[in-house]
Amino acid sequence: MKLKHVILGIVGGAVAVFPLIIHSDYYQHLIIIALMWVVIGSSWNLLAGYTGQVSFGHAMFFGTGAYTAGIFVTKLEISAWWGMMFGGITAMILALVVGWICFRLRGPYFALATLAGGEIFRLIATNWESLTEGMVGILIIQTFRSKLPYYYIALALAASCVYVIYIIMKSKWGYYFLSIREDQDAAESLGINTVLYKNISLLVSAFFTGMAGAFYMNYMAFIDPEVVFSLHFISIMAILVGIVGGVATIMGPAVGAFVMVGVQELFRSSFFGMAPKYVSKAHALVFGLLVIFVIMFLANGIVGDWAKIKRSIFRLKTSS
Amino acid sequence: MPEETGVMAVLEVKDLIKDFGGLRAVSNVTFHVDEGEIMGLIGPNGSGKTTIFNCITSYFPITSGRVFFKGTNITGMKTHQICRLGIGRTFQVVRPLARMSVLDNVTASAFSRVNSIKEARSEAERVLDFCALLGEKDKLAKSLPIGGRKRLEIARALATKPRLLLLDETAAGLNPSELDEAIELIKKIRESGVSILIVEHIMKVIMSISDRIHAINFGQTIAEGKPDEVANNRAVIEAYLGEEYAQG
Repeated sequence: MKLKHVILGIVGGAVAVFPLIIHSDYYQHLIIIALMWVVIGSSWNLLAGYTGQVSFGHAMFFGTGAYTAGIFVTKLEISAWWGMMFGGITAMILALVVGWICFRLRGPYFALATLAGGEIFRLIATNWESLTEGMVGILIIQTFRSKLPYYYIALALAASCVYVIYIIMKSKWGYYFLSIREDQDAAESLGINTVLYKNISLLVSAFFTGMAGAFYMNYMAFIDPEVVFSLHFISIMAILVGIVGGVATIMGPAVGAFVMVGVQELFRSSFFGMAPKYVSKAHALVFGLLVIFVIMFLANGIVGDWAKIKRSIFRLKTSS
Repeated sequence: MPEETGVMAVLEVKDLIKDFGGLRAVSNVTFHVDEGEIMGLIGPNGSGKTTIFNCITSYFPITSGRVFFKGTNITGMKTHQICRLGIGRTFQVVRPLARMSVLDNVTASAFSRVNSIKEARSEAERVLDFCALLGEKDKLAKSLPIGGRKRLEIARALATKPRLLLLDETAAGLNPSELDEAIELIKKIRESGVSILIVEHIMKVIMSISDRIHAINFGQTIAEGKPDEVANNRAVIEAYLGEEYAQG
């Protein structure tokens, strides 16, 4: 328990001072993206890992947040930073509708409904050109030239998201979410309004994912439907971050986010140009292999199976 | 309204009918449970006992009839609302929250009456102690043996502070010494002021603890009365053992 806090402190401190020491825009960019994924992965984990409602459509909340911020600028001429707050709120409003429709379904049916929901929103964003500019996308002017402000905004967002989820899971809500995951009917007989609490979980999850989307708009300054409503770049990636890091653990998605962004970048850049160019095309394949590996050997993810990983490292050391 | 016994009925089930498609699982069942009473509900397999439980706690909508809890019509209320009014239940096929500890199982349930984690946890520990499960509180619920799981079901139901407890075959699958403990526990629960409606197959249990017994077969009432009256009732013997035994 103690050691865990020390490690958390060291890693947290390292992330906090990183951009002051490493001035490379490239590495700062990678960490900003990883921090954004900490937010999305943790939000997904709250709903899927802790509450047991697996979503295949988190891109709809991410995209809605991003488009809210973007449309604030292009249509209302309000700073996209206001959009960041409202990105979360719009995603929550969307979540109310999604919850009202999809929580009539359970298990795989719920997952399929969210999958369809994500695709519906991609198509809406593509075709409602008067509002979203369609495939042309939305381009805004970045507020800051330096990466530093973005870095700390992302860090603050990631830290508050993880902290809020940590607090929630220590409260009545947390117990209720877990009960619903374990057995919805039994939960109902314990006096838990399962419909209400599933919706609360979805709302919190959508809020942070929407914020992350709005942050993405601010930071990248360009979005189009194929990116922010993407099934495999957002919805599936959210699941991978959760699974690789560790479903239903507080720090799992955070670890998963850094691992997945790292792996993605290694392949996208063909191992920083050291490998032949065609390697960059293989990142989806490697994601697949990674997931198979994690499911076979670390079913609870890196954080969930940390004791197991430590044991096998220890065994390697003693046998050599 | 129940007879003028001076005791108010905790639960009244009136003309309960439940159809599953063309099958009438429960037809016109009427009974009540008095304050502080242990009421047994017996009947052969498939006679509709668990269905009656599910109707009372509103797991599915009833076809017709009414259910009153302390004079309030609870027909059609949501399951979680019924729990909060004061009806706790256990499941025949135990449903522990498997990947949570025993303490967390009961804590989750205690949150129905308190809001702070501290209160919920201390209430959970009190109930676990009452059910002789305190020693197992840090184990995962799925690692408990069947006897422990049955007691966990009861503990979880008790943590919601019920006035009426519905026990669905809590003694099934227990060995003789566990059986005696279960009987003791049920008696202790009644002494703490909780009324009980119990479904049970094991006659040793039902006969020794029930104040009254309601017997059903094919979803219909066949007898009601004191344990020895019901045990000697012709229709009950016929339902359980077949017609030829009822002759003698």
